[in-house]
Amino acid sequence: MTDQARAAVERVFKDDCGRILSTLIRISGSFDQAEEAMQEALAAATVSWKAGAVPSNPAAWITTAAHRKLIDAARRRRTHRDREDSLAYELENSAAAEPEDVFVHLPDDRLRLIFTCCHPALSPEGQVALTLRTLGGLTTAEIAKAFLVPEPTLAQRLVRTKRKIQEAGIPYEVPPSHQLAERLAPVRAVLYLIFNEGYVATAGESLVRADLCLEAIRLARVLCELLPNDAENLALLALLLLHDSRREARVRDSMLVTLEEQDRALWNRSQIAEGLALVDRALMRGPVGSYQLQAAIAALHADAARPAETDWRQIAALYERLLVLQPTAVVALNHAVAVALGVGLEQGMAMLDTLGESRELQNYYLFHAARADILSRLKRRDEALAAYRRALAFVQNQVEREFLARRIARLEN
Amino acid sequence: MRYMMMIYSQETPEGPPPEEIPGIIARHSSLMDDAAARGVLVAVEGLKTTALATTVRVENGKSLITDGPFAETKEQLAGYYIIDCQNLDEAIEWAKRIPTGCKGGSGCIEIRPVADLPYRP
Repeated sequence: MTDQARAAVERVFKDDCGRILSTLIRISGSFDQAEEAMQEALAAATVSWKAGAVPSNPAAWITTAAHRKLIDAARRRRTHRDREDSLAYELENSAAAEPEDVFVHLPDDRLRLIFTCCHPALSPEGQVALTLRTLGGLTTAEIAKAFLVPEPTLAQRLVRTKRKIQEAGIPYEVPPSHQLAERLAPVRAVLYLIFNEGYVATAGESLVRADLCLEAIRLARVLCELLPNDAENLALLALLLLHDSRREARVRDSMLVTLEEQDRALWNRSQIAEGLALVDRALMRGPVGSYQLQAAIAALHADAARPAETDWRQIAALYERLLVLQPTAVVALNHAVAVALGVGLEQGMAMLDTLGESRELQNYYLFHAARADILSRLKRRDEALAAYRRALAFVQNQVEREFLARRIARLEN
Repeated sequence: MRYMMMIYSQETPEGPPPEEIPGIIARHSSLMDDAAARGVLVAVEGLKTTALATTVRVENGKSLITDGPFAETKEQLAGYYIIDCQNLDEAIEWAKRIPTGCKGGSGCIEIRPVADLPYRP
């Protein structure tokens, strides 16, 4: 029973933390009070469920219990400050309803919470930390570990972020429709950032960080569930699922495996199927956006049974459109590589050479690695070797360094 | 909550192009009219050029008076609004309407919540 109770509490926290907390924040108007009330309710649940049965709706139980804690806290403050009167009154009245009613009939507050946590007036690292803490239900220690920062630093970051929400008057609201598009962009950026933080990680760190990928996917699902008519939200979820489907195949014996060399049998088929269906839905809905184009590119890779069957020509066309929306050097680099593989090696090589004239890519190892790859396909062995060595000079990650060293060794033989 | 919206504008020696001045004035006027009509306009002022600025610094009881603004930056404070808003999003909506080219070049608006000081005359 003890273990059962604890497991039930942990499950509620993992699955419903965002839902419960977002409701408590709306009721109390304070992140800190809401968190405190939830912690107390979770502690009470562990004791109470150990003694009796786990309730049929544990999340409703926690919400109601936390709600009562908020009322108690508001009552305590009421004696000191008049301002709290209306809040306490509201709390008492809303608490009169039956426990199940409170949970079931409350609006889903997670959307407000998402928009508040990802408000562009907050620092990007603050947005990420607060999103994971409140919506993801990760502990401060877990987030600190995932982002390789000391726990006090992360705790401080959360305090600063919550303080700005409170004192600068960032609203706890879903933005009106005319602001929705502008405000959704940072929300998606935060989820993508969380995912990438987990995805670029490699062996050793992999356990904690695969969690970040799963968390980002879970939050993207929530976003799609709450705003299902937004094509870019669907496309973001598709993109994350398609990238993540290759996770098992990307690293072998702590070595990075390129897309071309991956064992495609290790790809997660059900994730790919879901991702492909989402891409179709997103593209049908439109209007076209950068996540749809990126997801469509990922879908073409996922669709190829063998590397040789990859539709590089189509990928090149998609990158060309993406370049219009996102005119960055990295997108231009990917476009050039796709042209080399789908249209003609010489033509792609000429585009790479043009790109190399800008200083921006000169310190970017993937630029040199891409050049080296195309040069070796063109049988220009010496130039390819020189380019791989340049790439080696700018690489930062051990796994990537070993990958380049193997490429050099292969060319030298 | 009251928010101060500070207008930072790039100062150019020649100031804004003459043909842009009526537009800048019109946008300020419509903004002030709207805010005043809704009863949320607390204060608004425009400042003269930083060529007329004087900086006073008091350290250890001694004052140091220097010519010019406290920092030589590209964008300088050119004026401000104080508007009473429900929240930051509302303040951002007002700020988006404030023209920033009044000193010549482009600029930006910094929004800061006004502190409720305990003593007010």
